[in-house]
Amino acid sequence: MQTAQIVSFLIQASYFVAAVLLILGIKRMSSPVTARSGIQWAGIGVLVAVVATFFHSGKPGHVLIENAALIFVAIALSTAIAWVWGKKVAMTDMPQMVALYNGMGGGSAAAIGASVLLDAAMSNNPEHALTMTQALLAVIGALIGSISLTGSVIAWAKLDGRMDKTFRFSGQQVVNGACFLAAALIGLYAVWHLETQWVVLFFALALTFGVLMTLPIGGADMPVVISLYNAFTGLAVGFEGYVQGNIALIIAGTVVGAAGTLLTRLMAKAMNRSISNVLFSNFGGGGGSAQDIKGSLKPIEADDAASLLYMADNVIIVPGYGMAVAQAQHKIWELSKNLIDRGKSVKFAIHPVAGRMPGHMNVLLAEAGVPYDLIADMDDINPEFPNCDVAIVIGANDVVNPVAKTDKSSPIYGMPILDVANAKQVIVIKRGKGTGFAGIENALFYQDNTRMLYADGQDAANKLIAGLKAVDGGGGH
Amino acid sequence: MIDGFLALYLFMLAAFTGHEIISRVPVILHTPLMSGSNFVHGIVLVGAMIALGEATTPLQQIIGFIGVFLGAGNAAGGYVVTERMLEMFKSSKKPAAGGENK
Repeated sequence: MQTAQIVSFLIQASYFVAAVLLILGIKRMSSPVTARSGIQWAGIGVLVAVVATFFHSGKPGHVLIENAALIFVAIALSTAIAWVWGKKVAMTDMPQMVALYNGMGGGSAAAIGASVLLDAAMSNNPEHALTMTQALLAVIGALIGSISLTGSVIAWAKLDGRMDKTFRFSGQQVVNGACFLAAALIGLYAVWHLETQWVVLFFALALTFGVLMTLPIGGADMPVVISLYNAFTGLAVGFEGYVQGNIALIIAGTVVGAAGTLLTRLMAKAMNRSISNVLFSNFGGGGGSAQDIKGSLKPIEADDAASLLYMADNVIIVPGYGMAVAQAQHKIWELSKNLIDRGKSVKFAIHPVAGRMPGHMNVLLAEAGVPYDLIADMDDINPEFPNCDVAIVIGANDVVNPVAKTDKSSPIYGMPILDVANAKQVIVIKRGKGTGFAGIENALFYQDNTRMLYADGQDAANKLIAGLKAVDGGGGH
Repeated sequence: MIDGFLALYLFMLAAFTGHEIISRVPVILHTPLMSGSNFVHGIVLVGAMIALGEATTPLQQIIGFIGVFLGAGNAAGGYVVTERMLEMFKSSKKPAAGGENK
């Protein structure tokens, strides 16, 4: 009995240490200097808690937890797959990987809920009975976790190009609403009448709703949705933590739930979309009466563009997701270094939703070796555009479109944008004449001071570098 | 079991903590931070382990196994992906890599 108490104390102590390490880890991740150690602290926290849990023995005389072999196999198998996959996936594909791993967490929380609820429903042992609060939170946690699981899988499939972008049919919102209502009501009913068939039906509806809810949401809104599901999983973990009486789970889950909710709101705000707007409305479908844009598209050759850059002192580069798709970030950084060697000031202007998640573009540029102090936020860089001699827009479209400020009928009206239009000269590198995510024409491209350089991102950067070298013989000053 | 109001206080304080921690984060770290917070809720693995540890029937064992499998994927995958992102953040003022503590 004495040793059992000591073991129990040590397990609780290690959970406490884990909770502290997780919170400190997130805290350290909030600054670029300490971020790397932050994830390592958090990693140690989870590791400590997992190792300690292996000694969580229910029966007297047993050292290890019951089913320890089964647990070990599940962890080893899953860790191996997730680790290898996570190591080799390309940086551009990170958002969908985060979505997938997040969905797995939601599924895990839902499984805890299922296990507890079915246990209470099937066994007559009063020890397994749940209090009303426990049953209610188990159901809510399972509902949120299930939605996060199937919703994240759909989000992953969409971003990974495994599924057509959107599925819409008339009356979809009614069907979705009915599905959610049915799941919630049956879940609530099951709280009072814990019977197997209701629990099973509840999970079927909850999992289905996650799919239905995500299907009509377009790719442009996916970052907000992934972030929302991240918050969902956090909450689900917190609730299931209460059901199990595990304070570490309550704290870690709730911290993530709150942080994720705030992050989701920041993202939605950066895109000028409310969260409900993202979830319940269709985007870019109607459009219609956008104002006509005057002017014409004026193409430019790479050599001429290089001369413009050679004459410039201040250059601002505005990268968008198109650059990342073309894998041009390394070449663009090479071009930037060529410009810096020639004594020019080069900065990168990042819109909050450039890429597919806030900060995604920063990660992609960091991968190419761009130091983070050359990268400027929208609010910092916008006042500098009037002093900018040449702004290079590569693979960005909607986030530099001035109609967001001028055209009230435009679907992107009101969205904060980068004021590239104020630069003295603009060079837009673009593969073709297509429109952006929102499917609308870009007034910037038609401005008098804008030149279009039609090329693949890597090609364009190569030609610009060659053009610069041709102007001054390759040596710089 | 945790007393009802105690749990409510816990939820409230943890929620404020989460809100406070993230409100001072620069935009460049939003994606790594989302990924990092995704790893943090990988602690759910511990709960799933306990659920599988208490499982007695084959059905419970299957559900528990799925829970542990998914939870471990969340934790392991979330860690790898976050670390890969964060190891790329360098400053031009300190060009030599390894300025961060290993």
